Amino acid sequence: MINWFKYAAPQRFYPLAGTLVRWCGWLAALLTLVGLAIGLLIAPTDFQQGEAYRIIFIHVPASWMSMVIFVAMAFWSAIGLAFNARLAFMLARALAPTGALMCFLALWTGALWGKPTWGAWWVWDARLTSELILLFLYLGYLSLHAAIDDTRRADRAAGVLALVGVVNVPIIYFSVKWWNTLHQGASVSVGAAPRMASIMLLGMLIMAIAFWLYSIAVTLARVRILIREREAEAAWMEQLKETA
Amino acid sequence: MNWNSIGEFTAMGGYGLYVWGSFLMVALVAAAEVTQLRLRARALDKLAFAAGEQA
Repeated sequence: MINWFKYAAPQRFYPLAGTLVRWCGWLAALLTLVGLAIGLLIAPTDFQQGEAYRIIFIHVPASWMSMVIFVAMAFWSAIGLAFNARLAFMLARALAPTGALMCFLALWTGALWGKPTWGAWWVWDARLTSELILLFLYLGYLSLHAAIDDTRRADRAAGVLALVGVVNVPIIYFSVKWWNTLHQGASVSVGAAPRMASIMLLGMLIMAIAFWLYSIAVTLARVRILIREREAEAAWMEQLKETA
Repeated sequence: MNWNSIGEFTAMGGYGLYVWGSFLMVALVAAAEVTQLRLRARALDKLAFAAGEQA
């Protein structure tokens, strides 16, 4: 049996994260190449949307990640608040910039897809508006964290924001069902046959896995930096005490 | 394979601006994020090295 709690200590987690960063990073790069080959070269033209539909291969993975990362952020914040675990708070903090970037990419690629298919870069539709709110929640988390000097207090305050803000995620997910949106319904959902050709679906799923691995790699790389910064500060304090 | 020439591939059936505008932004964001993390890690390396020299 592996004792997983062992890795809750930042100094033990640090080397493990380093190995994971390398593996996930290379796998993400490899899968991106495969996904792009399928998405841009092999998958056929869509009979309704022409070549514009190819944006799906990055739009859907980025949108999924923007939601998944926020849920993960709320989860680690909850663990951090409940058990006062510093590594959990560092994970939450490390996820936020990547989540914000995924959210931005979902909106950007969505605008570039909306223009040729709907005739508008932006509409105040429930799906688009709730995703924009998610971007503001990410930026709010990061600003709040940056505004408080004491790291422990910043972790707690931003953690509460993540826990409250996570209610927005199911709203985004179900918005296309609950309201009559211009945004199309889900192409892929649990318990229903996917509404797209299997080669398109394969390309999209490979890209989604690549986005997952990329997110894990950059988040863990950021956690390593946070560990070094926060733990180094403690060591620095020790040195300061010795010389004083 | 859907494409007969490089020109056809870059034109994306008239949707080139939208398709490439999307893919390019994803590439830029990923490159920027990875570069920023590398620079931060290197800055910490330098800091640790400087601290080691002083000690």
